[in-house]
Amino acid sequence: MGAVAVIELLASQSASSFPVLNAIILVPVLGALVVVLLPNSRPEMMRPVGAVFASIAAAMSLYVMAQFSSHDAGFQFESIQSWIPALGINWHVGIDGISLWLVVLTGLITPIVLLAVDPHHEPKSYTAWLLLLQAGSFGAFLALDLFLFFVMFEIVLVPMYMLIGGWGYEDRRYAATKFFIYTMAGSALMLVAIVSVATLSAGEQGITFDVVELAQRQALSTNTARLCFLAFALAFVIKVPIFPMHTWLPDAHTQAPTAGSVVLAAVMLKLGTYGLLRFGLYLFPEASVWSAPTLATLGVIGVIYGAIVATMQKDLKRLVAYSSVAHMGFIVLGIFAFTTQSLEGGILQMVNHGLSTGALFLLVGMLYERRKTRAIEELSGIQSAAPIFAGFFTIVMLSSIGVPGLNGFVGEFLVLIGSYETRRWWTIIAATGVILAALYLLWAYQRVFHGEPTATDEATPDLTLREGLTLAPFIAGIIFLGIYPKPLLDRIEPAVDGLIAHIENHSDYERPSPAAPVIVDHNQLSGDDH
Amino acid sequence: MVELVWLIPALPLIGFVVLLLAGKLLGEPRAGWIATTAAGASFLVTLMVFVGLLGRDSHSGERSYELILFEWLPSGSLQVEAGFLVDPLSVTMALFVTGVGALIHLYSVGYMHGDPKYSKFFLYLNLFLFSMLMLVFGNNLVVTFLGWEGVGACSYLLISFWHHRDSAATAGKKAFVTNRVGDWGFLVATFAIWSALGTVTYTEIASSPAMTAATGTAVSLLLFVAAAGKSAQLPLYVWLPDAMEGPTPVSAMVHAATMVTSGVYLLVRMNNVLTDDALIVIAVVGAATALFAALCAVAQHDIKKVLAYSTISQLGFMFLAIGSGAYVAAIFHVITHSFFKALLFLGSGSVIHGMGDEQDMRKMGALRLAMPITAATFIVGWLAIAGVPPFAGFWSKDEILLAAWEQKNIGPLLWVIGLITALLTAYYMSRQVILVFFGDQRWDEDAHPHESSWTMTIPLCVLAGAAIVGGAINLPLVKDWLVLEHFLEPIFNDPHHFSSGTITKVALAVISVCAAVAGISLAVLSWLTRQISTDRLEPDFLENAMYVDSTYARVVDGIGTSSFQGAADIDKRFVDGTVNTVGKLTMRLGRLIRPAQSGYIRNYAVGVALGALVIVAFLTWGLLL
Repeated sequence: MGAVAVIELLASQSASSFPVLNAIILVPVLGALVVVLLPNSRPEMMRPVGAVFASIAAAMSLYVMAQFSSHDAGFQFESIQSWIPALGINWHVGIDGISLWLVVLTGLITPIVLLAVDPHHEPKSYTAWLLLLQAGSFGAFLALDLFLFFVMFEIVLVPMYMLIGGWGYEDRRYAATKFFIYTMAGSALMLVAIVSVATLSAGEQGITFDVVELAQRQALSTNTARLCFLAFALAFVIKVPIFPMHTWLPDAHTQAPTAGSVVLAAVMLKLGTYGLLRFGLYLFPEASVWSAPTLATLGVIGVIYGAIVATMQKDLKRLVAYSSVAHMGFIVLGIFAFTTQSLEGGILQMVNHGLSTGALFLLVGMLYERRKTRAIEELSGIQSAAPIFAGFFTIVMLSSIGVPGLNGFVGEFLVLIGSYETRRWWTIIAATGVILAALYLLWAYQRVFHGEPTATDEATPDLTLREGLTLAPFIAGIIFLGIYPKPLLDRIEPAVDGLIAHIENHSDYERPSPAAPVIVDHNQLSGDDH
Repeated sequence: MVELVWLIPALPLIGFVVLLLAGKLLGEPRAGWIATTAAGASFLVTLMVFVGLLGRDSHSGERSYELILFEWLPSGSLQVEAGFLVDPLSVTMALFVTGVGALIHLYSVGYMHGDPKYSKFFLYLNLFLFSMLMLVFGNNLVVTFLGWEGVGACSYLLISFWHHRDSAATAGKKAFVTNRVGDWGFLVATFAIWSALGTVTYTEIASSPAMTAATGTAVSLLLFVAAAGKSAQLPLYVWLPDAMEGPTPVSAMVHAATMVTSGVYLLVRMNNVLTDDALIVIAVVGAATALFAALCAVAQHDIKKVLAYSTISQLGFMFLAIGSGAYVAAIFHVITHSFFKALLFLGSGSVIHGMGDEQDMRKMGALRLAMPITAATFIVGWLAIAGVPPFAGFWSKDEILLAAWEQKNIGPLLWVIGLITALLTAYYMSRQVILVFFGDQRWDEDAHPHESSWTMTIPLCVLAGAAIVGGAINLPLVKDWLVLEHFLEPIFNDPHHFSSGTITKVALAVISVCAAVAGISLAVLSWLTRQISTDRLEPDFLENAMYVDSTYARVVDGIGTSSFQGAADIDKRFVDGTVNTVGKLTMRLGRLIRPAQSGYIRNYAVGVALGALVIVAFLTWGLLL
């Protein structure tokens, strides 16, 4: 029956155009099924076969990127099938500038970690769970129906729970349970809000869960909308996570296997910030503006607090996890500053954080494979023993610190310069995060990589070719986005401008009119010899 | 020829890439020569661009050329381009950055001989040069910030180059983090400028109407915070003395001649937005830093520490000039300082090299006999920094003192501080020269000091030549001889002019020469002829730099660490503790009501019956009402 539904879903639009977004979601699911059916006697086949399916999904996400029209503010590649007609629930997917790069990131990250990180046991279920994680994440980023989104948003919890619990480190059960229950508790109220929004907006036009339709209707009274917004926000605040709802993250990150940590950082946290944009700002513009001071404040607290707590961590993975809290705080500030630059920067920063933090987790994982420890104090002088490894780590670290020329800077800079327009003091305080970021990363680097190596440190092998190839796409992205983020910004901008206009239409918010620069005639200045 | 500007940073970048890919393979000395060639070629292209710029009319704005490579950060109304600005200021900076930089590359070929990470050193040097040139040539604040952070990162990598030493690793980190405090100022200033003017491009900022007084002063002070970080002014100077942990060529290039002057460059570049209120602050901090660091330099024993404090002090002079509105004087001193301070550092490197890594001046003495070229060139550097005419330092320092004298509000006070600093400078530098090159031999017989190889002495000779005649670029004797001042004029909306008459100028110059002579005499009497007891000339208070740094360290280690640890504990106990408590309470509640699920059908039957009774009662009650 499932197979029939899949075929129907894929075939439904074949007359006009291939429903590529549906395929992106379903291919990894298919891959998971295939992997499960592979014989247990061939464990070495599991990950390569899984990677093939993940790569097909990745290729399709690249196809969408290539075909994406950069001048279109609306949703593209839309596909809509009736699912539960009585309740107005549809399988409605579509992509715009806000979700495009997250989909591409999800596509590219999964095959890389699948190939790069050895689970050491039970490769079959490991591969299947990772593929389902990819599918669920795609679904959540692409869903334009509240019901569909909720299903996808919840589905991704299961594979991550399994990955942490099944392949994690010493405290994996505690971390997995905490992760699951904490995020689940957040989304319980969101379900109530979803049903409320759909039923209360029904009116004469009938009930619908369609996001675009609901955003246009804006049928709720101010107070109801605010309450519903808060329920949505709680789910996303936990997911991002925003201070003080962040403590599941260090445990989950630290205990998750490397692949889990990478996907968690690169993809799953983005579900929170993406959700705030798509279902917070878009569905509840007035309530977003109303709550902006509070949420921006929490974001800024996260920037400072995350960095301070990161400084004192003794475990490398915990340190990176707290640095995530700080980095995600910038994104939250950008989202609730409502300017073109701050929102664009925030979306860019989602991608950047995925690359930098994903690479950091990969590197820490590689170090763990060598030394079976993540404790900072048990490592020393690694740079002498493994200079190439240290070089890769340095680049990623500088990216995470936000050194211009690398990707971390462009996102942070746009967030801050955009936020300065509407949230001046928040921005001035958040900017001190650049000092703290240097502090905790360089201090950790000094303790782990500098100094005199002990005999054990001396024996730490340097990067292998395979590991180098794993990291290469991350490094390439880190450098490319640092120098030429324009292709991304160009495609993000129409959607962001559309979103801000939507907020302006449905609230008393007005974006600040930019100061007009005095136009200088460059030709006159530079002479005539071009 | 100005269109070639992109090549200037591109050449060291190519050198960097080549060394990154094949540095190990090339090995010593080829890696060094490739880097040196890249730096030298960059200097030659800078000369060509300079000539091209000279060929343009100095009026009508023709000496300002922008080359836009691509859009870097286009976002809404914010347009940040990857672009270069060729104008008199950027070319002046680039000339000495590449010139002195190339010489230091050459010097390093010999100095780094035998180092296991030989090629990596040159890799970093080329990357540094690239970043510095981006800083100088960037046509907007954000590209300059790219270079600004790039030089910071390279400085970190180079200071902690010998990273197995804890002191080097710590110094590198300290430099980066302290500089980041300044970077915060840079970022917020950029935001404020964009918010107020709608642009971050220099030519547009220069032609924009003035910001409101409050915004203008805030921006000026934020830019000064940035400059104080990079250029080691009070209270952010603490990283520079420690930066001497890096190899000596690094100290010469990064921490004396080029990078540390970028704060001066930034403020001169932004001269059109600096307000009078902010300028007074800059002048006072500059003067205070100059005096403070000169006092610290008096009591140092490490040959490089003396020069490090001297650098801070001289940078203070430059900020004093800026604060007095004399931007040309500041740039003039940047240039002459880069000659003589690079010379002094490289000379000290030659001494350290010849003495087998000895840096304590108490274990030197009479080295002029063993290293005649080093000694002769070092003496030239000494005379230049001490302010003895006609050496380069005299002219630039004299101009700054004149500018300070003419400062509107507290001119004479600034001048007196400057004069005392000049006297101290002459004194501590003379002390250094005497302790190192004259007097008794205080080293062991097995030290075998020797003169360095030609790759090291040639840069010394070239820099010595520059330190002798460098003042010629801006001689105040005849108006037409003020070459630098005329050249830089286009970058100022409102060029500064000295108002004093000739008599005042000559009198001030004579007094400053007297101060230099007094300082030198004092040093000769105390350290060479020993007619003055030296017992109290090196007080602990000054040797420890007035305990500023150690106080910082104590605060950071004490309150800093404990408050950070406190936050981490709160996170664990309270924030996460609450979460775990909620979990535990839920479990306890579950355990509490679990007995209700006893598994006995009779219990459930009672429950069902009672439940039915309640419902019936409820319904009847409803009907009755």
